Amino acid sequence: MSDTRVVVVDDHALFRSGVRAELEGRVDIVGDAASVAEAVEVIAATDPDVVLLDVHLPDGSGADVIAAIAPQHPAVRFLALSVSDAAEDVIAVIRAGARGYVTKSIAVGDLADAVDRVHGGDAVFSPRLAGFVLDAFADSPAAPPAPVSSEPDPDLEQLTAREREVLQHIARGYMYKEIAHRLGISTKTVEAHVSAVLRKLQLSNRHELSRWATTRRLVD
Amino acid sequence: MTAAHPERVPAPTLQRDGERGLLGGVCAGIARRLGIEPLPIRIVALVLALAGGIGVPLYLLAWAAMPGDSSARGLGRSRRSAVEVALGVGLLAISAMLALRGMGLWISDAVTWPLALVAGGVALLWRGGIGARPPAPAERTPVAAVPAPVEPVERVANVSRQGLGAALLVAAGLVFLQATGSLSAARDVILAALVVAAVLALIFAPWTLRMARSLTVERAERIRSQERAELAAHLHDSVLQTLALMQKRADDPREVAALARAQERELRAWLAGRSPAEGERSLAAALEAAAADVEQRHRVPVDVIAVGDADLDAAGEALVAATREAMVNAAKFGEGSPVAVYAEATDDALQVFVRDRGPGFDPTTVPADRRGLRESVVGRMARHGGHATVTAAPGAGTEVELTLDRTP
Repeated sequence: MSDTRVVVVDDHALFRSGVRAELEGRVDIVGDAASVAEAVEVIAATDPDVVLLDVHLPDGSGADVIAAIAPQHPAVRFLALSVSDAAEDVIAVIRAGARGYVTKSIAVGDLADAVDRVHGGDAVFSPRLAGFVLDAFADSPAAPPAPVSSEPDPDLEQLTAREREVLQHIARGYMYKEIAHRLGISTKTVEAHVSAVLRKLQLSNRHELSRWATTRRLVD
Repeated sequence: MTAAHPERVPAPTLQRDGERGLLGGVCAGIARRLGIEPLPIRIVALVLALAGGIGVPLYLLAWAAMPGDSSARGLGRSRRSAVEVALGVGLLAISAMLALRGMGLWISDAVTWPLALVAGGVALLWRGGIGARPPAPAERTPVAAVPAPVEPVERVANVSRQGLGAALLVAAGLVFLQATGSLSAARDVILAALVVAAVLALIFAPWTLRMARSLTVERAERIRSQERAELAAHLHDSVLQTLALMQKRADDPREVAALARAQERELRAWLAGRSPAEGERSLAAALEAAAADVEQRHRVPVDVIAVGDADLDAAGEALVAATREAMVNAAKFGEGSPVAVYAEATDDALQVFVRDRGPGFDPTTVPADRRGLRESVVGRMARHGGHATVTAAPGAGTEVELTLDRTP
């Protein structure tokens, strides 16, 4: 998959050229952008496979880019990239539709792997994101959320024991392959669990998630 | 006050005595000046007021002429008795007029009630405005200067007193106009006055608004520049110093990385509004502090991810200490690989995982230097009712799992 077409959206020129240099040879970087407006233009023009998306941009957020692009280009996948550790930022961009979240200090090889995995349709959870999600879905079952327009699906509001286990291993620093080995399941199954968690994260009505999202004006 | 000016005790100045006074404190003030009980003075005043009515204007004159008693207790009394004062002065005015009638000097009924109301209202207003003036700084006792919280209460009392006084005066005016049958004429005058007031308000409104807005802007600007100065000071003390240090140590990548990590950690804590010393009694904060310390000493990145949090008791402290040992071990034997720490606090248990991606080892042939781990981690956990498991395999890194059950 050395020809994954990637657009890098980040307002720091230094960081963009750094990513370009790091990913050279692993992926095909077809464009970059420094703002929401520029990103929407470049992505529409190049139709990449994966967008590496900074969470904070001068004229908005990564979530704004996703909101503008996703309806017309459903095949474009987004991987959020940030220096921010703030849970609300991370959760907001995931809920907007990003397939994963990594910090900018991620090792070079890991970033290329993450791009490939997102391209393949899987979710990419950094250990920290796994920690946030476990926190958000903390053990006590959620009080039934105020009924929104659609009927809330109770399955969306809680993690299964297996999903929790997988997330805990990610937070402990294990790779998917190692997790599969330790839990005695296939790597594909681990990926399926992570994707299921991602889906819950995006669709859940859980109170805290909603609160995080509304502070970013994503809901309503 | 007496403590501050002991020389005043033998010959008190002639001023109204709000503490002992019944109405305005005039009689009590005179009595204090003379060094006798107020009762005889009061009887004299009453006789003067009833017989011929001369006592009433005299009383009012004396009240206006004598400075108010500015002691804290006097103020307290005047605050309590606003209605009593209005009532008392009003009744005095009526009695004065009755006395005048008795002397044959009668003024028409149309004036009686308004005058009584005016007397009460003016007494209230002037008392608030002149009589109870704030004590001059020199007169202030040290104690009286301290209790600032009293002031808002006092201001509210002043406002209500003045409101009552104004209401009485307005009522007096209305009664007078009603009685003299000129209310309808006055209505035109009042209408005209209202129109003038509205026009003036319209004319000056933009100017007033601009004034208020420019004040707000100026205030916001001042706050902003203060914040900027604070931010600049912090960046100068922390980030700029670290950057300078990193330029000096540019030949040592590990040192540079460690400096950058330490600065990042500090900056994040600052952005999140945590001061370094604060909250170290919680599990997450204590682990974060331990990680920062280990990172500093061993030049290996230590990442802490905490889910949930808990206050630390003695067993929790032991858990943190054991975690710290495990971090140190991972930093020493992990060959520079990052150390991942995951902590989870639930209602049932506190769990911590410390993992490195070093060479690992075969648990069946534990090297002598790894026995320290068994002593200080496994032993310590056991002593505090928890347990520790070390998982390791050659080539697969090492993970230490620490569990502490929470007694409900």
